[in-house]
Amino acid sequence: MQHAAPRTIGETLLKVEDVSLGFGGVKALSGVSFDVRRGEIRAIIGPNGAGKSSMLNCINGFYQPSDGRITYKGKARGAMRPYEAARDGIARTFQNIALFRGMSTLDNIMTGRMLKMNRGFLWQCLHWGPAQKEEIEHREAVERVIDFLEIQAIRKVPVGRLPYGLQKRVELGRALAAEPELLLLDEPMAGMNLEEKEDMCRFILDVNEQFGTTIALIEHDMGVVMDISDRVVVLEYGRKIADGVPDEVKADPKVIDAYLGTGHG
Amino acid sequence: MIYREAGQYKTSYAADQAIFPILQDRIGLAILLLVAFVGAPLVASDYILSTILIPFLVFSVAALGLNILTGYCGQLSLGTGGFMACGAYAAYKFATAFPELNIVFVFLLSGGVTAMVGVVFGVPSLRIKGFYLAVATLAAQFFLIWLFTKVPWFVNYSPSGVISAPPRSVFGFYVTGIEATSHAKYIFCLSFVALLALVAKNLVRGRVGRAWMAIRDMDIAAEIIGIRPLHTKLLAFAVSSFYCGVAGALWAFIYTSSVEALAFDINRSFQILFMIIIGGLGSILGSFLGAAFIVLLPILLNAGPTAMGAPLSTSTIAHLELMTFGALIVFFLIVEPHGLARLWQIGKEKLRLWPFPH
Amino acid sequence: MDAVLDFLFGPLKEIWAYPTFFVEVVVGGLLTGVMYSLVALGFVLIFKASGVFNFAQGAMVLSAALSFVGFNELGAPLWLALVLALALMIGLAFVIERVVLRPLVNQAPIILFMATIGVTFFIDGFFQMLWGEDVKRLDVGIPKDPIEISGVLVNTFDIVAAVVAGTLVATLAFFFQSTRIGRALRAVADDHQAAQSVGIPLQTIWVIVWSVAGIVALVAGIMWGSKLGVQFSLALVALKALPVLILGGFTSIPGAIIGGLIIGVGEKVAEVFWAEKIGGGIEDWFAYILALFFLMFRPQGLFGERIIERV
Repeated sequence: MQHAAPRTIGETLLKVEDVSLGFGGVKALSGVSFDVRRGEIRAIIGPNGAGKSSMLNCINGFYQPSDGRITYKGKARGAMRPYEAARDGIARTFQNIALFRGMSTLDNIMTGRMLKMNRGFLWQCLHWGPAQKEEIEHREAVERVIDFLEIQAIRKVPVGRLPYGLQKRVELGRALAAEPELLLLDEPMAGMNLEEKEDMCRFILDVNEQFGTTIALIEHDMGVVMDISDRVVVLEYGRKIADGVPDEVKADPKVIDAYLGTGHG
Repeated sequence: MIYREAGQYKTSYAADQAIFPILQDRIGLAILLLVAFVGAPLVASDYILSTILIPFLVFSVAALGLNILTGYCGQLSLGTGGFMACGAYAAYKFATAFPELNIVFVFLLSGGVTAMVGVVFGVPSLRIKGFYLAVATLAAQFFLIWLFTKVPWFVNYSPSGVISAPPRSVFGFYVTGIEATSHAKYIFCLSFVALLALVAKNLVRGRVGRAWMAIRDMDIAAEIIGIRPLHTKLLAFAVSSFYCGVAGALWAFIYTSSVEALAFDINRSFQILFMIIIGGLGSILGSFLGAAFIVLLPILLNAGPTAMGAPLSTSTIAHLELMTFGALIVFFLIVEPHGLARLWQIGKEKLRLWPFPH
Repeated sequence: MDAVLDFLFGPLKEIWAYPTFFVEVVVGGLLTGVMYSLVALGFVLIFKASGVFNFAQGAMVLSAALSFVGFNELGAPLWLALVLALALMIGLAFVIERVVLRPLVNQAPIILFMATIGVTFFIDGFFQMLWGEDVKRLDVGIPKDPIEISGVLVNTFDIVAAVVAGTLVATLAFFFQSTRIGRALRAVADDHQAAQSVGIPLQTIWVIVWSVAGIVALVAGIMWGSKLGVQFSLALVALKALPVLILGGFTSIPGAIIGGLIIGVGEKVAEVFWAEKIGGGIEDWFAYILALFFLMFRPQGLFGERIIERV
């Protein structure tokens, strides 16, 4: 994990300009622009089907925008594969948990360290010397994540057997183990009860504060979003309808319309 | 002896990550190795060594290979037989072209050649998955067998199309050819298998193994955390094919001494697949259990009715064998998809808690 | 280099020089291709309705043909043998649904695929034990004389086979498009849960579709059996249908037909004009390599639906 850094909001880390995305005839995103600054918690909200997940998928290279430009760390990106985004320091979690179900909690979080492990294949065959040393170093890093998320007790349990809330936590752990600069969270609190939500909020805030990780998140629970995020961007039908600090956005008539219109908060 | 881990505190991550963290398991393994290396050669007859133990060891290597690809990396392959043939013929070419070369290196080289062939046939796995890929691996199976049957260069222009293992020795003992005793063959095979199993275990418990399992469990998520899918899959194809190639070479040189390509037809591929399904997908131990099971079952099917005084005709036995295998596959997939290895593990858990039920 | 060029282009000269012979080869390939399509059809039906890639289709072809000949040899007239074999195939569908599919519902497709490999072995063993493993001659009275159509020699049998296959496909298309059951099957293919929510029991659907696949297997078995004799190698014909499937796409009936024709023609032409120079017998693998090349460019097959991945 990174060293604790004081919480300051810095220069622009990610800039999305006029991004559009279409599947066949369906437009998932049209001309969306916004930015994420280093160190902030940025929320993307909007009714179902507004294109929020598609937006995250564009940012980490899973989808290629059909139009527009994404600039990350000052460099405009061409077409890239998700593993290249990962190498650039972007990690994420998923709306429907995407853990490796056949593996234990420990192994799942260890996969988050994958990019930082580079001992060659022959050492791996021996599992000895430098390879073993590397394995232990990363195990220590992973144990720090495990301590941070308070999941010591489930270390060796296959994740398929864990309850939903804990699975979400393990998934966050896997993303954190990569020590990302930009962390994308897709509905980190969906389907959780109040207590689990409070825990998750605390973890998100702690990650942001202690490690200075920039976070972009999608969330449905408006209360939570308005409490924890620095700035909020609102999407509807693939277009941006509002952008600003929580209080501004809350008062925006277009946002109120969008939410009252779908009757969903 | 009671199976307990209470009181064994692990004080370092190295100890926690050992292959067998529990003391009793380490003792058990030591006994097993002692029995395998010393006990079996002393007790077992030539017949048992050459018709049960040696084939079991050879099959175990092939099962390890397929388990790496299918059980750990999730890429179903029906081309195992083709890759085994590749190893067998490569070994024959190396052994006859370089008579001075130690047979150990011959086998390793033939594994290496097979690994390269495996990578070539693994390339489609970039674009296709699941049964599309399974069908694609059949291309390897049929093409390779055809190649070795039709191109006389591979059999050094022998008119019969059969390759025979030339005599070769290790440390002064013949391990291949007619002068080799089954004891020497067995020990040689066993050493090979023990080393290969250790390497496989090391691979699957480290970074490489985690990358394979990540691809198996959810390839999209794996790519998003930075695992390169093609790289990882091709590595699995290479390692898997290496094992299958060595298994083929051991088959041709140690087990049967002479072989034709048809010994590695599609039924061989299915046989190995059955081993890992019954033994346990994604388990090193399972590869061995499955191999043992499939080697022993036909012998039992043969001996059982005869012992009960109702010997069956060979064709009936062959059909019964097909039916039993088929039924067992379905049974295991339904009841215990992780196979015999999982049953073994459950047994150990029970023993750990014994005599308390929970 | 010259040798390679000669190998690649030499046969083209031959084709140019004897166009009639080439046409005969192509027609022969088309007619064999129809037979491949017939087997592939059974795969597609099951895949469409249940998402199961039924490796046992080949074993079903063999067992259907074996049973048909077997009943006939026991003294049943052809029509009765046909009825009995049909009944047996439908019974088999019931058993498979109850014993294999139902316990494995919601499992990963690859697990179901491996289960059907198990089913293949069981059926192969069971039916050969039941009816014996000798080669049986099957003659349902289709003439096998060659006839000449505008200068091209064609086997009557192949034409009959093509007509039978065509009729079968038309019947199936009608069944799927215009009957209530057919529409239900298509609903299941599109979305299992939605289909259940409108009140179609999944089990019933599966039994029906496996029965239909059994009937298709019976037809294919009779046609192939009259051509090659009824024996174990019939089960291997099914392996030929697999490249047809990857070529045509697993979900498309027209794909199965056209894929079968392409494979049939490609294989025949390659075998007749190119193979002898490299030892012959390339029929075993040519179809697979051809299909692999297609796959590299169109992973979903010629007519398969494009897959959009989601997370």
